[in-house]
Amino acid sequence: MDNITNKEYQEYVKKKIPKPPYLKNAIRAFLTGGIICLVGQIIRNMLFSFGLNENQVVSGTAIILVFIGSFLTGLGIYDKIGKFGGAGAVIPITGFANSIVSTAMEYKREGYIFGVASKMFTIAGPVLVFGIGGSIVVGLLYIIFSSGR
Amino acid sequence: MATKRIGEQTIKFENPPSIIGTASIVGPKEGEGPLSNYFDLVLDDDTWGQKSFEKAESKMQEEAIKLAIANAKLSVQDIHFLVAGDLLNQIISSSYTARQIGIPYFGLYGACSTMTESLCIGSMIIDGGFADYVVCATSSHFSSAERQFRFPLEYGAQRKYTSQWTVTGAGATVLSSTGNGPYITHITPGKIKDYGIKDANNMGAAMAPAAVDTILQHFKDTGYTPDDYDLIITGDLGLIGRRIVIDLMEKEGYDLTENFSDCGIKIFDGVEQDTHAGGSGCACSAVVFNGYIYKEMMKGNLNRVLLISTGALHSPISTLQGESVPGIAHAVTIDNLK
Repeated sequence: MDNITNKEYQEYVKKKIPKPPYLKNAIRAFLTGGIICLVGQIIRNMLFSFGLNENQVVSGTAIILVFIGSFLTGLGIYDKIGKFGGAGAVIPITGFANSIVSTAMEYKREGYIFGVASKMFTIAGPVLVFGIGGSIVVGLLYIIFSSGR
Repeated sequence: MATKRIGEQTIKFENPPSIIGTASIVGPKEGEGPLSNYFDLVLDDDTWGQKSFEKAESKMQEEAIKLAIANAKLSVQDIHFLVAGDLLNQIISSSYTARQIGIPYFGLYGACSTMTESLCIGSMIIDGGFADYVVCATSSHFSSAERQFRFPLEYGAQRKYTSQWTVTGAGATVLSSTGNGPYITHITPGKIKDYGIKDANNMGAAMAPAAVDTILQHFKDTGYTPDDYDLIITGDLGLIGRRIVIDLMEKEGYDLTENFSDCGIKIFDGVEQDTHAGGSGCACSAVVFNGYIYKEMMKGNLNRVLLISTGALHSPISTLQGESVPGIAHAVTIDNLK
């Protein structure tokens, strides 16, 4: 045992880990993500049919999808969708809702201030920071390169 | 003079402590597993009517200790020491249990190696002549461990192939200076081994070298071979860790293919119960030992067992800071004869 180096052991362990079925996972993610987007499209079309304008429809669709994601998290269904669909369930806005609601539920026992309110963004936090940060950078680039036109 | 030491790391007891009572309590998922009939109590509800998972875990440990003492036909006042630990920060499950029970208490942190760590220390206390009755106990809870080490329960993340499932349960053993066995005849406390595995979702691989080191040292010190044991069983290495131990032991000239198993593999049906690499947690080796192994020894189906609980001594902070996972393994020989 003492004559194995850390590197040799780590190489050996890598060989022992079964490979995930990438194709199967990708198909599942494609289907799950696709179905969520399809639901989004149906909501969008319905809102248009109610006579709302583009801005109202964009916000309305997002609000309804976030509600559905949160509701399914509360019912204990979204974690099963996530297990099946992987990134297909995590990346759409419903996954974002899941990451916030699941943490809020988990930390209820620690109280509403230091539990729910402070832990709520432990998973979503990085998404918000890099998402908002990224959009600011893109916005600045847009201003720089489009000024003068 | 330390007269009870043999070899480099092993202790051979002069008056081997006898196991006179055990108890195991498990959650609903463990109750659906293959060892279901060996447990003293299977819960229908993993909160056991408590407001939090932490409280439920503490209650399981408390009830397991009381049940083990009752099974030993003793009362709580007869016990001289409680030696216990668990996975939660500052070992709260054990300390709140000790608060309720009121026995002089030593708290341990050995992560999932706590069962054999407590048996090692409890046995030394008894053979040293410091106590007549000692209770060794530990617990873990899937939901309290998940929230401390991983993600919220309802978060839709995928678990890796190498991930293990923390066992919900508690186990307790009453050791006595007198009794009719089974006896703890030898202990081999282990050294920390760290081969730089940084993936906290692959604890089997992180702990396997520690298990190999302790088992090898045990054989060297005692002169036993794998054939001297009816069962050699590690705590929670899971499918990948078990495979690694067999490979590494083969390189050292020991064949473990016949009688070597792992509590984390025994406790769940990996395919039916979707537990990936197997069970883990302090309760994994605790309930398998206090349930399955003890009862099989009492029936005479197993006569000499080497139990090696394995622990991964990392924390969520060390993982975030990119540190590797230090592994530890303590071995205990349990024998129907002195």
